Amino acid sequence: MPETRPVAFRGGGFNPAGRRGASWIAFAAIIAAWQLSSSSGLLPALFMPSPLSVVEALARRVETGALTRHLAASLQRIALGWAVGTLGGLAIGTAMGIFAVARSIGLPVTSALFPIPKIALLPLLILWFGIGEPSKVATIALGVLFPTIISTYTAIDGVPRNLIRMGQSFGLPAAMIVWKILLPGALPGILSGFRISSSIALILVVAAEMIGAEHGIGAFILAAGNLMQTDQLVAGVVLLSLLGLAVSFGLSRLERWLLRWR
Amino acid sequence: MDLIVREVSHRYGELRALEAVSLAVQAGETLALIGPSGCGKSTLLGIMGGLLEPSAGEVLTSGPLPEGCLNPFTYIFQDFALLPWRTVEGNVSLALEHHGLGAGERAERVASALALCGLVEFAHAFPKQLSGGMRQRVGIARAIVVRPALLFLDEPLSALDAQTRELLMEDLLAIWARERTTSIYVTHNLQEAVRLADRICVLSRRPGRVKEIVEVEVPREERANAEHARALAELQGRLWDLIRDEAAVADREMQDA
Ligand SMILES: Nc1ncnc2c1ncn2[C@@H]1O[C@H](COP(=O)(O)OP(=O)(O)OP(=O)(O)O)[C@@H](O)[C@H]1O
Ligand SMILES: [Mg+2]
Repeated sequence: MPETRPVAFRGGGFNPAGRRGASWIAFAAIIAAWQLSSSSGLLPALFMPSPLSVVEALARRVETGALTRHLAASLQRIALGWAVGTLGGLAIGTAMGIFAVARSIGLPVTSALFPIPKIALLPLLILWFGIGEPSKVATIALGVLFPTIISTYTAIDGVPRNLIRMGQSFGLPAAMIVWKILLPGALPGILSGFRISSSIALILVVAAEMIGAEHGIGAFILAAGNLMQTDQLVAGVVLLSLLGLAVSFGLSRLERWLLRWR
Repeated sequence: MDLIVREVSHRYGELRALEAVSLAVQAGETLALIGPSGCGKSTLLGIMGGLLEPSAGEVLTSGPLPEGCLNPFTYIFQDFALLPWRTVEGNVSLALEHHGLGAGERAERVASALALCGLVEFAHAFPKQLSGGMRQRVGIARAIVVRPALLFLDEPLSALDAQTRELLMEDLLAIWARERTTSIYVTHNLQEAVRLADRICVLSRRPGRVKEIVEVEVPREERANAEHARALAELQGRLWDLIRDEAAVADREMQDA
Protein backbone atom coordinates (compact mmCIF):
# COMPACT_ATOMS: atom_id res chain seq x y z
CA MET A 1 0.00 0.00 0.00
CA PRO A 2 1.33 3.53 -0.79
CA GLU A 3 2.19 5.90 2.01
CA THR A 4 -0.86 7.70 3.57
CA ARG A 5 -1.11 11.22 4.90
CA PRO A 6 -3.98 12.64 7.00
CA VAL A 7 -6.06 15.45 5.50
CA ALA A 8 -5.41 18.50 7.66
CA PHE A 9 -8.48 20.17 9.20
CA ARG A 10 -8.80 23.81 8.12
CA GLY A 11 -12.48 24.58 8.68
CA GLY A 12 -12.17 26.08 12.20
CA GLY A 13 -12.80 29.61 13.46
CA PHE A 14 -15.14 32.34 12.19
CA ASN A 15 -17.91 30.95 14.33
CA PRO A 16 -18.60 33.41 17.13
CA ALA A 17 -20.91 31.37 19.30
CA GLY A 18 -21.79 33.02 22.62
CA ARG A 19 -19.61 31.79 25.48
CA ARG A 20 -21.67 31.77 28.64
CA GLY A 21 -19.90 33.36 31.56
CA ALA A 22 -17.21 35.03 29.46
CA SER A 23 -19.00 38.37 29.72
CA TRP A 24 -19.27 38.10 33.52
CA ILE A 25 -15.61 37.26 33.87
CA ALA A 26 -14.66 40.23 31.68
CA PHE A 27 -16.84 42.57 33.74
CA ALA A 28 -15.41 41.28 37.00
CA ALA A 29 -11.83 41.60 35.73
CA ILE A 30 -12.32 45.21 34.60
CA ILE A 31 -13.91 46.23 37.91
CA ALA A 32 -11.24 44.41 39.91
CA ALA A 33 -8.45 46.12 37.95
CA TRP A 34 -10.16 49.47 38.48
CA GLN A 35 -10.53 48.86 42.21
CA LEU A 36 -6.88 47.77 42.45
CA SER A 37 -5.61 50.88 40.67
CA SER A 38 -7.70 53.06 42.98
CA SER A 39 -6.60 51.34 46.21
CA SER A 40 -2.97 51.38 45.17
CA GLY A 41 -3.20 55.13 44.55
CA LEU A 42 -2.59 54.88 40.82
CA LEU A 43 -5.96 56.55 40.15
CA PRO A 44 -6.46 59.75 42.22
CA ALA A 45 -9.93 59.65 43.81
CA LEU A 46 -10.72 63.17 42.62
CA PHE A 47 -10.44 62.21 38.95
CA MET A 48 -11.76 58.67 39.14
CA PRO A 49 -13.46 57.30 42.24
CA SER A 50 -13.03 53.64 43.11
CA PRO A 51 -15.86 51.19 42.41
CA LEU A 52 -16.43 50.79 46.13
CA SER A 53 -16.95 54.50 46.70
CA VAL A 54 -19.29 54.60 43.70
CA VAL A 55 -21.37 51.82 45.25
CA GLU A 56 -21.34 53.71 48.53
CA ALA A 57 -22.48 56.89 46.84
CA LEU A 58 -25.27 55.01 45.12
CA ALA A 59 -26.36 53.38 48.38
CA ARG A 60 -26.43 56.72 50.16
CA ARG A 61 -28.66 58.23 47.47
CA VAL A 62 -30.97 55.26 47.56
CA GLU A 63 -31.35 55.69 51.33
CA THR A 64 -32.28 59.34 51.11
CA GLY A 65 -34.77 58.55 48.36
CA ALA A 66 -33.12 61.06 46.05
CA LEU A 67 -32.14 58.38 43.59
CA THR A 68 -35.65 57.02 43.22
CA ARG A 69 -36.92 60.52 42.56
CA HIS A 70 -34.33 61.16 39.84
CA LEU A 71 -34.82 57.74 38.31
CA ALA A 72 -38.59 58.04 38.29
CA ALA A 73 -38.43 61.45 36.61
CA SER A 74 -36.14 60.14 33.86
CA LEU A 75 -38.07 56.92 33.33
CA GLN A 76 -41.32 58.80 32.98
CA ARG A 77 -39.87 61.07 30.30
CA ILE A 78 -38.33 58.13 28.46
CA ALA A 79 -41.51 56.08 28.55
CA LEU A 80 -43.70 58.89 27.30
CA GLY A 81 -41.28 60.18 24.66
CA TRP A 82 -40.40 56.74 23.40
CA ALA A 83 -44.03 55.68 23.19
CA VAL A 84 -45.07 58.79 21.27
CA GLY A 85 -42.09 58.59 18.89
CA THR A 86 -42.53 54.86 18.35
CA LEU A 87 -46.25 55.07 17.61
CA GLY A 88 -45.65 57.90 15.17
CA GLY A 89 -42.72 56.11 13.57
CA LEU A 90 -44.66 52.88 13.18
CA ALA A 91 -47.58 54.68 11.56
CA ILE A 92 -45.45 56.74 9.18
CA GLY A 93 -43.07 53.88 8.41
CA THR A 94 -45.95 51.53 7.63
CA ALA A 95 -47.57 54.10 5.37
CA MET A 96 -44.25 54.55 3.58
CA GLY A 97 -43.96 50.79 3.17
CA ILE A 98 -47.38 50.59 1.53
CA PHE A 99 -48.22 53.78 -0.33
CA ALA A 100 -46.11 55.17 -3.15
CA VAL A 101 -47.10 58.75 -2.32
CA ALA A 102 -46.18 58.39 1.34
CA ARG A 103 -42.86 56.93 0.28
CA SER A 104 -41.94 59.64 -2.17
CA ILE A 105 -42.77 62.33 0.40
CA GLY A 106 -41.44 60.49 3.43
CA LEU A 107 -38.03 59.40 2.16
CA PRO A 108 -36.55 62.84 1.39
CA VAL A 109 -38.15 64.42 4.45
CA THR A 110 -36.76 61.69 6.70
CA SER A 111 -33.32 61.97 5.13
CA ALA A 112 -33.38 65.72 5.71
CA LEU A 113 -34.53 65.59 9.33
CA PHE A 114 -32.88 62.41 10.63
CA PRO A 115 -29.31 63.77 10.84
CA ILE A 116 -30.28 66.84 12.87
CA PRO A 117 -29.17 66.27 16.47
CA LYS A 118 -32.51 66.52 18.22
CA ILE A 119 -30.94 68.13 21.26
CA ALA A 120 -30.20 71.13 19.07
CA LEU A 121 -33.94 71.58 18.72
CA LEU A 122 -34.52 71.67 22.47
CA PRO A 123 -34.28 75.47 22.76
CA LEU A 124 -36.85 75.76 20.01
CA LEU A 125 -39.07 73.19 21.67
CA ILE A 126 -38.72 75.07 24.95
CA LEU A 127 -39.93 78.19 23.16
CA TRP A 128 -42.94 76.27 21.89
CA PHE A 129 -43.83 74.15 24.89
CA GLY A 130 -42.22 75.95 27.82
CA ILE A 131 -39.39 74.75 30.02
CA GLY A 132 -41.41 71.92 31.63
CA GLU A 133 -41.97 68.32 30.72
CA PRO A 134 -43.46 68.60 27.21
CA SER A 135 -40.32 70.04 25.65
CA LYS A 136 -38.18 67.18 27.04
CA VAL A 137 -40.69 64.53 26.02
CA ALA A 138 -40.92 66.09 22.56
CA THR A 139 -37.12 65.98 22.17
CA ILE A 140 -37.10 62.28 22.97
CA ALA A 141 -40.10 61.60 20.76
CA LEU A 142 -38.44 63.36 17.82
CA GLY A 143 -35.21 61.48 18.39
CA VAL A 144 -37.07 58.17 18.42
CA LEU A 145 -39.37 59.00 15.52
CA PHE A 146 -36.90 58.96 12.62
CA PRO A 147 -34.99 55.76 13.33
CA THR A 148 -38.33 54.05 13.92
CA ILE A 149 -39.66 55.32 10.60
CA ILE A 150 -36.60 54.00 8.82
CA SER A 151 -36.55 50.60 10.50
CA THR A 152 -40.30 50.09 10.04
CA TYR A 153 -40.24 51.15 6.43
CA THR A 154 -37.24 48.98 5.63
CA ALA A 155 -38.73 46.00 7.46
CA ILE A 156 -42.06 46.29 5.63
CA ASP A 157 -40.22 46.66 2.35
CA GLY A 158 -38.35 43.47 3.13
CA VAL A 159 -41.44 41.30 3.58
CA PRO A 160 -41.36 38.89 0.63
CA ARG A 161 -43.69 40.03 -2.15
CA ASN A 162 -44.85 36.49 -2.76
CA LEU A 163 -46.53 36.44 0.66
CA ILE A 164 -48.55 39.51 -0.30
CA ARG A 165 -49.49 37.89 -3.57
CA MET A 166 -50.51 34.80 -1.66
CA GLY A 167 -52.77 36.92 0.54
CA GLN A 168 -54.32 38.51 -2.52
CA SER A 169 -54.82 35.14 -4.17
CA PHE A 170 -56.89 34.04 -1.18
CA GLY A 171 -58.95 37.20 -1.36
CA LEU A 172 -57.69 38.76 1.89
CA PRO A 173 -58.86 42.38 2.19
CA ALA A 174 -56.06 44.96 2.08
CA ALA A 175 -56.34 45.72 5.80
CA MET A 176 -55.94 42.03 6.60
CA ILE A 177 -52.88 41.81 4.37
CA VAL A 178 -51.32 44.64 6.36
CA TRP A 179 -52.33 43.24 9.72
CA LYS A 180 -51.72 39.54 9.16
CA ILE A 181 -48.87 39.52 6.65
CA LEU A 182 -46.96 42.82 6.47
CA LEU A 183 -46.75 43.75 10.13
CA PRO A 184 -45.86 40.29 11.51
CA GLY A 185 -43.37 39.89 8.68
CA ALA A 186 -41.80 43.23 9.57
CA LEU A 187 -41.72 42.51 13.30
CA PRO A 188 -38.10 41.28 13.45
CA GLY A 189 -36.87 44.47 11.79
CA ILE A 190 -39.14 46.63 13.93
CA LEU A 191 -37.89 45.00 17.12
CA SER A 192 -34.25 45.49 16.22
CA GLY A 193 -35.16 49.11 15.53
CA PHE A 194 -36.41 49.29 19.13
CA ARG A 195 -32.89 48.58 20.31
CA ILE A 196 -31.58 51.64 18.54
CA SER A 197 -34.48 53.89 19.47
CA SER A 198 -34.36 52.94 23.15
CA SER A 199 -30.67 53.85 23.31
CA ILE A 200 -31.42 57.15 21.61
CA ALA A 201 -34.15 57.84 24.16
CA LEU A 202 -31.67 57.21 26.97
CA ILE A 203 -29.08 59.52 25.44
CA LEU A 204 -31.58 62.29 24.82
CA VAL A 205 -33.23 62.19 28.24
CA VAL A 206 -29.88 62.84 29.91
CA ALA A 207 -29.01 65.61 27.48
CA ALA A 208 -32.40 67.25 27.91
CA GLU A 209 -32.19 67.04 31.69
CA MET A 210 -28.79 68.67 31.63
CA ILE A 211 -30.24 71.71 29.91
CA GLY A 212 -33.06 72.42 32.26
CA ALA A 213 -34.42 70.09 34.88
CA GLU A 214 -34.61 69.81 38.62
CA HIS A 215 -34.91 66.05 38.74
CA GLY A 216 -33.67 63.29 36.52
CA ILE A 217 -30.44 61.37 36.10
CA GLY A 218 -29.03 64.03 33.80
CA ALA A 219 -29.69 66.76 36.36
CA PHE A 220 -28.18 64.55 39.05
CA ILE A 221 -24.98 64.00 37.09
CA LEU A 222 -24.68 67.67 36.18
CA ALA A 223 -25.13 68.75 39.79
CA ALA A 224 -22.53 66.26 40.98
CA GLY A 225 -20.12 67.50 38.32
CA ASN A 226 -20.59 71.11 39.32
CA LEU A 227 -19.72 70.22 42.92
CA MET A 228 -16.80 68.00 41.85
CA GLN A 229 -18.48 65.05 43.56
CA THR A 230 -16.94 62.53 41.22
CA ASP A 231 -18.20 59.52 43.15
CA GLN A 232 -21.79 60.64 42.63
CA LEU A 233 -21.09 61.61 39.05
CA VAL A 234 -19.79 58.16 38.25
CA ALA A 235 -22.64 56.63 40.25
CA GLY A 236 -25.07 58.40 37.91
CA VAL A 237 -23.21 57.14 34.86
CA VAL A 238 -23.24 53.59 36.23
CA LEU A 239 -26.97 53.94 36.77
CA LEU A 240 -27.41 54.87 33.09
CA SER A 241 -25.41 51.90 32.02
CA LEU A 242 -27.52 49.62 34.24
CA LEU A 243 -30.65 51.13 32.74
CA GLY A 244 -29.35 50.41 29.24
CA LEU A 245 -28.58 46.83 30.23
CA ALA A 246 -32.05 46.36 31.69
CA VAL A 247 -33.73 47.68 28.54
CA SER A 248 -31.59 45.47 26.34
CA PHE A 249 -32.38 42.45 28.50
CA GLY A 250 -36.10 43.20 28.36
CA LEU A 251 -35.99 43.55 24.58
CA SER A 252 -34.15 40.26 24.24
CA ARG A 253 -36.86 38.52 26.24
CA LEU A 254 -39.54 40.20 24.15
CA GLU A 255 -37.80 39.13 20.93
CA ARG A 256 -37.40 35.58 22.08
CA TRP A 257 -41.09 35.39 22.91
CA LEU A 258 -42.49 37.23 19.88
CA LEU A 259 -40.10 35.65 17.36
CA ARG A 260 -40.19 32.08 18.68
CA TRP A 261 -41.17 30.95 15.16
CA ARG A 262 -37.70 31.76 13.85
CA MET B 1 -66.27 25.27 -13.51
CA ASP B 2 -64.98 25.83 -17.06
CA LEU B 3 -62.35 28.43 -17.80
CA ILE B 4 -62.06 30.08 -21.20
CA VAL B 5 -59.00 32.09 -22.18
CA ARG B 6 -59.72 34.25 -25.21
CA GLU B 7 -56.99 35.94 -27.26
CA VAL B 8 -54.94 36.87 -24.23
CA SER B 9 -51.75 38.86 -24.87
CA HIS B 10 -49.46 40.33 -22.31
CA ARG B 11 -46.47 42.59 -22.41
CA TYR B 12 -44.14 43.83 -19.70
CA GLY B 13 -43.17 47.21 -21.03
CA GLU B 14 -41.51 46.44 -24.36
CA LEU B 15 -41.23 42.72 -23.66
CA ARG B 16 -43.94 40.61 -25.24
CA ALA B 17 -44.61 37.71 -22.90
CA LEU B 18 -47.82 36.22 -24.36
CA GLU B 19 -49.34 36.53 -27.80
CA ALA B 20 -53.00 35.78 -28.52
CA VAL B 21 -53.34 32.73 -26.30
CA SER B 22 -56.71 30.99 -26.50
CA LEU B 23 -57.62 27.81 -24.71
CA ALA B 24 -60.45 26.25 -22.75
CA VAL B 25 -60.21 24.22 -19.58
CA GLN B 26 -63.14 21.90 -18.91
CA ALA B 27 -64.63 21.35 -15.49
CA GLY B 28 -62.96 18.47 -13.66
CA GLU B 29 -59.92 18.14 -15.89
CA THR B 30 -56.27 18.78 -15.20
CA LEU B 31 -54.48 20.74 -17.87
CA ALA B 32 -50.71 20.84 -17.80
CA LEU B 33 -48.95 23.89 -19.20
CA ILE B 34 -45.44 23.32 -20.48
CA GLY B 35 -43.00 25.35 -22.54
CA PRO B 36 -39.43 26.63 -22.58
CA SER B 37 -38.38 28.73 -19.61
CA GLY B 38 -39.46 32.35 -19.76
CA CYS B 39 -42.22 31.67 -22.29
CA GLY B 40 -44.90 33.16 -20.08
CA LYS B 41 -46.36 30.20 -18.21
CA SER B 42 -46.45 31.95 -14.86
CA THR B 43 -47.76 35.07 -16.53
CA LEU B 44 -50.60 33.11 -18.11
CA LEU B 45 -51.42 31.45 -14.81
CA GLY B 46 -51.50 34.82 -13.05
CA ILE B 47 -53.84 36.19 -15.69
CA MET B 48 -56.13 33.17 -15.49
CA GLY B 49 -56.67 33.60 -11.76
CA GLY B 50 -57.02 37.39 -11.76
CA LEU B 51 -53.66 38.22 -10.17
CA LEU B 52 -52.41 39.92 -13.34
CA GLU B 53 -54.28 42.12 -15.75
CA PRO B 54 -53.71 41.05 -19.37
CA SER B 55 -52.69 43.71 -21.89
CA ALA B 56 -55.35 42.35 -24.25
CA GLY B 57 -57.93 39.62 -24.33
CA GLU B 58 -60.17 38.22 -21.63
CA VAL B 59 -60.64 35.29 -19.31
CA LEU B 60 -64.14 33.93 -18.75
CA THR B 61 -65.70 31.24 -16.62
CA SER B 62 -68.88 29.29 -16.99
CA GLY B 63 -70.71 26.78 -14.90
CA PRO B 64 -71.64 26.60 -11.23
CA LEU B 65 -69.26 26.97 -8.29
CA PRO B 66 -68.68 23.83 -6.23
CA GLU B 67 -70.62 23.64 -2.99
CA GLY B 68 -69.03 25.50 -0.10
CA CYS B 69 -66.55 27.26 -2.38
CA LEU B 70 -65.02 30.30 -0.65
CA ASN B 71 -62.24 31.26 -3.05
CA PRO B 72 -62.96 30.19 -6.63
CA PHE B 73 -59.46 30.83 -8.01
CA THR B 74 -56.84 29.35 -5.73
CA TYR B 75 -53.09 29.00 -6.12
CA ILE B 76 -50.47 26.57 -4.93
CA PHE B 77 -47.04 28.19 -5.09
CA GLN B 78 -43.64 26.88 -6.06
CA ASP B 79 -42.04 28.40 -2.96
CA PHE B 80 -45.00 27.37 -0.76
CA ALA B 81 -45.63 30.98 0.40
CA LEU B 82 -46.31 29.96 3.99
CA LEU B 83 -46.31 32.49 6.80
CA PRO B 84 -43.34 31.43 8.96
CA TRP B 85 -44.88 32.91 12.12
CA ARG B 86 -48.04 30.83 11.86
CA THR B 87 -48.32 27.17 12.69
CA VAL B 88 -49.48 24.66 10.10
CA GLU B 89 -53.00 25.04 11.40
CA GLY B 90 -52.73 28.82 11.41
CA ASN B 91 -51.48 28.87 7.83
CA VAL B 92 -54.42 26.79 6.66
CA SER B 93 -56.96 28.80 8.61
CA LEU B 94 -55.57 32.07 7.18
CA ALA B 95 -57.51 31.31 4.01
CA LEU B 96 -60.78 31.14 5.96
CA GLU B 97 -60.48 33.85 8.58
CA HIS B 98 -61.92 36.71 6.54
CA HIS B 99 -64.99 34.78 5.43
CA GLY B 100 -66.96 35.16 8.63
CA LEU B 101 -67.44 31.45 9.25
CA GLY B 102 -68.31 30.34 12.77
CA ALA B 103 -65.36 29.15 14.84
CA GLY B 104 -66.78 25.64 14.80
CA GLU B 105 -67.13 25.38 11.04
CA ARG B 106 -63.70 26.87 10.52
CA ALA B 107 -62.04 24.40 12.86
CA GLU B 108 -63.91 21.58 11.18
CA ARG B 109 -62.80 22.61 7.70
CA VAL B 110 -59.20 23.06 8.79
CA ALA B 111 -59.18 19.71 10.52
CA SER B 112 -60.53 17.88 7.49
CA ALA B 113 -58.05 19.57 5.14
CA LEU B 114 -55.18 18.66 7.47
CA ALA B 115 -56.42 15.08 7.64
CA LEU B 116 -56.68 14.86 3.86
CA CYS B 117 -53.06 15.99 3.49
CA GLY B 118 -51.69 13.84 6.29
CA LEU B 119 -50.81 16.82 8.45
CA VAL B 120 -52.80 16.10 11.62
CA GLU B 121 -49.78 15.42 13.81
CA PHE B 122 -48.02 18.55 12.50
CA ALA B 123 -50.93 20.92 13.19
CA HIS B 124 -49.00 22.91 15.79
CA ALA B 125 -45.59 22.85 14.12
CA PHE B 126 -44.05 25.95 12.53
CA PRO B 127 -43.06 25.78 8.84
CA LYS B 128 -39.32 25.87 9.62
CA GLN B 129 -39.71 22.58 11.48
CA LEU B 130 -41.09 20.81 8.40
CA SER B 131 -39.43 19.20 5.41
CA GLY B 132 -40.01 20.68 1.97
CA GLY B 133 -42.55 18.02 1.13
CA MET B 134 -44.54 18.68 4.30
CA ARG B 135 -44.44 22.41 3.64
CA GLN B 136 -45.95 21.94 0.23
CA ARG B 137 -48.60 19.70 1.79
CA VAL B 138 -49.51 22.68 3.96
CA GLY B 139 -49.77 24.73 0.77
CA ILE B 140 -52.08 22.11 -0.69
CA ALA B 141 -54.18 21.92 2.49
CA ARG B 142 -54.54 25.71 2.48
CA ALA B 143 -55.75 25.54 -1.10
CA ILE B 144 -58.30 22.77 -0.69
CA VAL B 145 -59.71 24.18 2.54
CA VAL B 146 -61.45 26.91 0.52
CA ARG B 147 -62.93 24.31 -1.89
CA PRO B 148 -61.69 26.06 -5.03
CA ALA B 149 -63.44 25.91 -8.37
CA LEU B 150 -60.10 26.25 -10.15
CA LEU B 151 -56.75 25.26 -8.77
CA PHE B 152 -53.63 26.90 -10.23
CA LEU B 153 -50.35 25.17 -9.53
CA ASP B 154 -47.14 26.95 -10.59
CA GLU B 155 -44.38 24.32 -10.55
CA PRO B 156 -45.57 23.11 -7.16
CA LEU B 157 -43.03 20.31 -6.93
CA SER B 158 -39.95 21.84 -8.50
CA ALA B 159 -38.45 22.92 -5.18
CA LEU B 160 -38.53 19.32 -3.95
CA ASP B 161 -36.22 16.38 -4.41
CA ALA B 162 -37.18 13.54 -6.75
CA GLN B 163 -38.41 11.15 -4.08
CA THR B 164 -40.55 13.70 -2.31
CA ARG B 165 -41.91 14.77 -5.68
CA GLU B 166 -43.00 11.21 -6.38
CA LEU B 167 -44.85 11.01 -3.06
CA LEU B 168 -46.55 14.35 -3.56
CA MET B 169 -47.66 13.41 -7.05
CA GLU B 170 -49.45 10.44 -5.55
CA ASP B 171 -51.07 12.70 -2.96
CA LEU B 172 -52.21 15.13 -5.63
CA LEU B 173 -53.69 12.32 -7.69
CA ALA B 174 -55.56 11.03 -4.64
CA ILE B 175 -56.93 14.49 -3.89
CA TRP B 176 -58.00 15.06 -7.49
CA ALA B 177 -59.67 11.66 -7.58
CA ARG B 178 -61.74 12.71 -4.56
CA GLU B 179 -62.47 16.34 -5.20
CA ARG B 180 -62.38 16.50 -8.99
CA THR B 181 -61.07 20.05 -8.83
CA THR B 182 -60.42 21.66 -12.18
CA SER B 183 -56.67 22.28 -12.23
CA ILE B 184 -54.05 24.00 -14.31
CA TYR B 185 -50.59 22.70 -13.64
CA VAL B 186 -47.48 24.53 -14.81
CA THR B 187 -44.35 22.43 -14.93
CA HIS B 188 -40.94 22.07 -16.52
CA ASN B 189 -41.00 18.38 -15.88
CA LEU B 190 -42.46 16.40 -18.78
CA GLN B 191 -42.75 13.29 -16.64
CA GLU B 192 -44.94 15.17 -14.18
CA ALA B 193 -47.10 16.46 -17.00
CA VAL B 194 -47.56 13.00 -18.47
CA ARG B 195 -48.37 11.49 -15.07
CA LEU B 196 -50.82 14.09 -13.81
CA ALA B 197 -52.57 15.79 -16.72
CA ASP B 198 -55.57 14.92 -18.85
CA ARG B 199 -54.35 17.30 -21.53
CA ILE B 200 -51.06 19.04 -22.03
CA CYS B 201 -50.82 22.49 -23.57
CA VAL B 202 -47.44 23.22 -25.14
CA LEU B 203 -46.48 26.89 -25.37
CA SER B 204 -43.94 28.23 -27.82
CA ARG B 205 -40.91 30.29 -26.87
CA ARG B 206 -41.49 33.92 -25.88
CA PRO B 207 -43.82 35.48 -26.81
CA GLY B 208 -45.77 32.44 -25.72
CA ARG B 209 -48.41 31.10 -28.08
CA VAL B 210 -50.29 27.82 -27.92
CA LYS B 211 -48.25 25.50 -30.05
CA GLU B 212 -50.16 22.31 -29.56
CA ILE B 213 -52.57 20.69 -27.13
CA VAL B 214 -51.90 17.01 -26.57
CA GLU B 215 -54.31 14.60 -24.95
CA VAL B 216 -52.97 11.88 -22.66
CA GLU B 217 -54.96 8.84 -23.75
CA VAL B 218 -54.12 6.51 -20.86
CA PRO B 219 -56.59 6.96 -17.96
CA ARG B 220 -54.98 8.58 -14.96
CA GLU B 221 -55.53 5.67 -12.58
CA GLU B 222 -53.72 3.27 -14.93
CA ARG B 223 -50.65 5.33 -15.68
CA ALA B 224 -48.58 3.65 -13.01
CA ASN B 225 -49.16 0.25 -14.67
CA ALA B 226 -46.21 -1.25 -16.52
CA GLU B 227 -48.21 -1.99 -19.67
CA HIS B 228 -48.62 1.75 -20.34
CA ALA B 229 -45.02 2.66 -19.62
CA ARG B 230 -44.11 2.57 -23.29
CA ALA B 231 -46.98 4.67 -24.53
CA LEU B 232 -46.26 7.28 -21.86
CA ALA B 233 -42.54 7.31 -22.62
CA GLU B 234 -43.36 7.83 -26.29
CA LEU B 235 -45.66 10.70 -25.45
CA GLN B 236 -42.93 12.24 -23.30
CA GLY B 237 -40.54 11.91 -26.23
CA ARG B 238 -43.01 13.62 -28.51
CA LEU B 239 -43.42 16.51 -26.10
CA TRP B 240 -39.67 16.86 -25.84
CA ASP B 241 -39.37 17.01 -29.63
CA LEU B 242 -41.94 19.79 -29.59
CA ILE B 243 -40.05 22.03 -27.18
CA ARG B 244 -36.46 20.90 -27.58
CA ASP B 245 -35.23 23.37 -30.18
CA GLU B 246 -37.03 26.28 -28.63
CA ALA B 247 -35.81 25.37 -25.16
CA ALA B 248 -32.26 25.48 -26.47
CA VAL B 249 -32.81 28.94 -27.94
CA ALA B 250 -34.61 30.21 -24.85
CA ASP B 251 -31.75 28.98 -22.72
CA ARG B 252 -29.31 31.20 -24.62
CA GLU B 253 -31.51 34.26 -24.44
CA MET B 254 -30.45 37.17 -22.23
CA GLN B 255 -32.79 37.83 -19.33
CA ASP B 256 -33.76 41.45 -19.41
CA ALA B 257 -36.05 41.28 -16.40
N1 LIG C 1 -42.89 41.57 -13.50
C1 LIG C 1 -42.21 41.43 -14.66
N2 LIG C 1 -41.67 42.50 -15.26
C2 LIG C 1 -40.98 42.38 -16.42
N3 LIG C 1 -40.78 41.22 -17.05
C3 LIG C 1 -41.29 40.12 -16.51
C4 LIG C 1 -42.02 40.16 -15.28
N4 LIG C 1 -42.41 38.90 -14.98
C5 LIG C 1 -41.93 38.13 -15.96
N5 LIG C 1 -41.27 38.84 -16.90
C6 LIG C 1 -40.66 38.31 -18.12
O1 LIG C 1 -41.69 37.80 -18.92
C7 LIG C 1 -41.33 36.58 -19.49
C8 LIG C 1 -42.30 35.51 -19.09
O2 LIG C 1 -42.19 35.30 -17.69
P1 LIG C 1 -42.90 34.11 -16.93
O3 LIG C 1 -42.44 34.15 -15.53
O4 LIG C 1 -44.35 34.17 -17.18
O5 LIG C 1 -42.28 32.85 -17.69
P2 LIG C 1 -42.31 31.34 -17.25
O6 LIG C 1 -42.66 30.57 -18.45
O7 LIG C 1 -43.14 31.14 -16.04
O8 LIG C 1 -40.79 31.14 -16.90
P3 LIG C 1 -40.14 30.02 -15.98
O9 LIG C 1 -40.14 28.80 -16.82
O10 LIG C 1 -38.76 30.55 -15.75
O11 LIG C 1 -40.95 29.91 -14.75
C9 LIG C 1 -39.92 36.29 -19.02
O12 LIG C 1 -39.03 36.67 -20.03
C10 LIG C 1 -39.73 37.16 -17.82
O13 LIG C 1 -38.40 37.58 -17.74
MG1 LIG D 1 -42.70 30.49 -14.00
